[in-house]
Amino acid sequence: MKIKNILTYCFISSLFLFSLICIWKILVTLQGIELINFNFNKLFIFGIILCVINLLIGKKLNLNIKLILLALLFSIFDYFISLNLPFWYSLGIFIISLFFFNTIKNYDKNFLSKNHSSQKLFFNFLTLFGITLFSFVILFPFYMMLVTSFKTQALLLLNPLDFSINFAQGLPELFKSYFVVFKDYNFGRYMLTSTIVSLGTVVITLIFAIPAAYAVARLNFFGKNFLSTSILIIYLFPAIVLVIPLYTIFSQLGLRNSIEGLLIVYTATTLPVAIYMLQGYFKSIPKELEEAGIIDGQNWLGIIFKIILPLSLPAISSVALYVFMIAWNEFLFSLMFLDRPNTFTLSRAIQFLNVGAETPRQYLMAGSVVVTLPILIIFVYFEKYLVSGLTAGSVKG
Amino acid sequence: MSTKLAKIEKRTAYLLILPSVLLVFSIILFPIFSNIWISFKNVELKDLRIPEPRAKKLVKSIKDNPNQIKIIYKLRNSSLIQEITNVKFKDKYPDDIEPIDLDNKCQFKSNLLKCELGNWPKKYRENLEIVFQNTNNQEISKKDIKSYKPKLSGKSQNILLTYEFTLNNFKKVIKDKAFIDLLSTTFYYTFFGTIGAIVFGILAAQMVNQKFFGRTFMRSVLLFPYVAPVVALAYTWELLLDPTNGTLNNLLINYQIIDGPINLLGQKYVTLNILGFDFKLRLALTTVIIFEIWRYFPLAFLFILARLQAVPKELYEAADVDGANPLQKFLNITLPQILAVISILFMIRFIWNFNKFEDIFLLTGGASGTRTLPINVYQQGFSIGDIGMGSAVSIVIVVFLLIFMFIYFKLLGKRADEN
Repeated sequence: MKIKNILTYCFISSLFLFSLICIWKILVTLQGIELINFNFNKLFIFGIILCVINLLIGKKLNLNIKLILLALLFSIFDYFISLNLPFWYSLGIFIISLFFFNTIKNYDKNFLSKNHSSQKLFFNFLTLFGITLFSFVILFPFYMMLVTSFKTQALLLLNPLDFSINFAQGLPELFKSYFVVFKDYNFGRYMLTSTIVSLGTVVITLIFAIPAAYAVARLNFFGKNFLSTSILIIYLFPAIVLVIPLYTIFSQLGLRNSIEGLLIVYTATTLPVAIYMLQGYFKSIPKELEEAGIIDGQNWLGIIFKIILPLSLPAISSVALYVFMIAWNEFLFSLMFLDRPNTFTLSRAIQFLNVGAETPRQYLMAGSVVVTLPILIIFVYFEKYLVSGLTAGSVKG
Repeated sequence: MSTKLAKIEKRTAYLLILPSVLLVFSIILFPIFSNIWISFKNVELKDLRIPEPRAKKLVKSIKDNPNQIKIIYKLRNSSLIQEITNVKFKDKYPDDIEPIDLDNKCQFKSNLLKCELGNWPKKYRENLEIVFQNTNNQEISKKDIKSYKPKLSGKSQNILLTYEFTLNNFKKVIKDKAFIDLLSTTFYYTFFGTIGAIVFGILAAQMVNQKFFGRTFMRSVLLFPYVAPVVALAYTWELLLDPTNGTLNNLLINYQIIDGPINLLGQKYVTLNILGFDFKLRLALTTVIIFEIWRYFPLAFLFILARLQAVPKELYEAADVDGANPLQKFLNITLPQILAVISILFMIRFIWNFNKFEDIFLLTGGASGTRTLPINVYQQGFSIGDIGMGSAVSIVIVVFLLIFMFIYFKLLGKRADEN
């Protein structure tokens, strides 16, 4: 057993425990509970002591009893140094330390005397720490978005750190911001517009892209190579260089402030990636199937509809979901083309809310939840398809 | 026979791709080229409004004579800069009234008044007064007359289609003292945003590549910032970072980490004292870059994870036999395996970050030292209203873009040669 390994083990383990406790404390603070100190010194040293104890006990005690004992010790210690905190706070500390001691149960004397064990330990903790930190950093803004939408303006100003949700006030009071957003700010209409635009873009893009992708994948014609490389190049051109000419053209044609204008632009901008993704998939379908179709007397349309389409449903769903996501999230064109509230999409409406008069932040966040939730639900539900869409189409973003 | 088949095939192919090609051409390629055209013109936002002849109808009763009524049309050219030629006027009236001594420009026939008003110069204003009387000597109702609206039409030259060109826009872009600053901000933002996203992507991919409880869930969570709408995320961050009642500042003050609130999005510079040296850090720009990294590292993560999962397990097993430590395994096995993906990712992300508009626009609007080229396009074109300048800046972006693409495709071609 090397002294260096033991020191690393104690130091890193305790640091990890402390960082877990920190995150818990931040979350507790945001429930409006007064907590002004992380108690770094005390918790860190006590953590080291517990790690040493854990090492000394080794396998002399039943594992479960050891875990509960150590976690209990830690929670009681924490309870005494941070007074006047509710019971559920200490319960949280207990569960976290239980999880922590369960993680370090493998680091016994045997492990620590092996080669590279301090580095292995370091990387294991780095991974764990990374996972906690990454999830916290990513989920925190989403969490804040959600809880802010449940608060009222007065409460937010009274204590800007109190994000506790008072369930006793009843559901209508709790979801008040959502009622306001849908009733006074007309979000129902914007949501409908966004849905129509997004679904419309998906349908039109597929109608245009499937035949084109089939031609690029299967048929021989002059300029085919040129076409397939230019698809990628065109795809790399950003919206910002199109915005001024499109604005001038659309102003003169009277296409601004219209759903049709938005549909045309969205379709054109998503078309290259849709063709690119589909043709890749079409190429992987065995040619023999189509040849059989030709012998059966099918024409091109028949081949596309009866052979290609049913076989490439997974690819088509990923394209559809990806295009839907782009159209739903799109902001720049809707900012440029829509300035009458009756044609707003959700993204544009939220921006309008923020720029306009001092909109209370809970309404802004309720609007944000309304625009975010559908896309996250779709993403989680169809993750498999969307991830493949994202990977293939990730040239853009 | 085979040539005939080939011909049919060719024709079908063109038929199938034609709609897409037309659409992409008109909405993407044509605008890119018209950017060049517009950038050589002196066009402002207000010029885009097509000049319209307008008329406001005022109805006035005449004293002591209810059978007659005076109608005043306030005519004007809506444009302050352009002439309208060949203006035609049309209005309708209720039955049984007719005009008294009509202007010779106008004709009255079966309740319809038609006038040829000729050419209107810019800012043109004129009043057209006509007195009407009732043919049956009855009282004229004002309401009836007001219920009709006059219709006007005219021709005007479209400023976008003239052949007057100027180099002023490009001169202004290049001579602008802020241009160097603009470029350096753009490159700073692009470079650090890209590097940061890739570094965090590698870290996240390394983590998720190990087995642990809740791994698939973790993978979904890591992609949340990338799939959620930018508007919602940017405003949430804005509220989190708000100096007065934002959560972050209040948390830091609460834990006594900082003394007073920091305006992370509104302060251009912050002076850091490191080892006795003062460093000036561009605070708002750094915050925007952190947002950028937060939002786009999932993409790098996704790519690198896919590559990591394809690395043969035998390599690691062999390294274990050789007694390599984890760091050596990462540096000597993992890193060379993902290097190809990283270089492609770097190019793609670089191109896209270079053109990123929404994120900065929503967070700071380009204030406090976060003005990049795309933000400048918007500000020139729509805040200042100089469409020509906006186009010229777009052209600058396109030129850079073409250079990057050239490098990217060179790189891609080299990669293809190696394999």
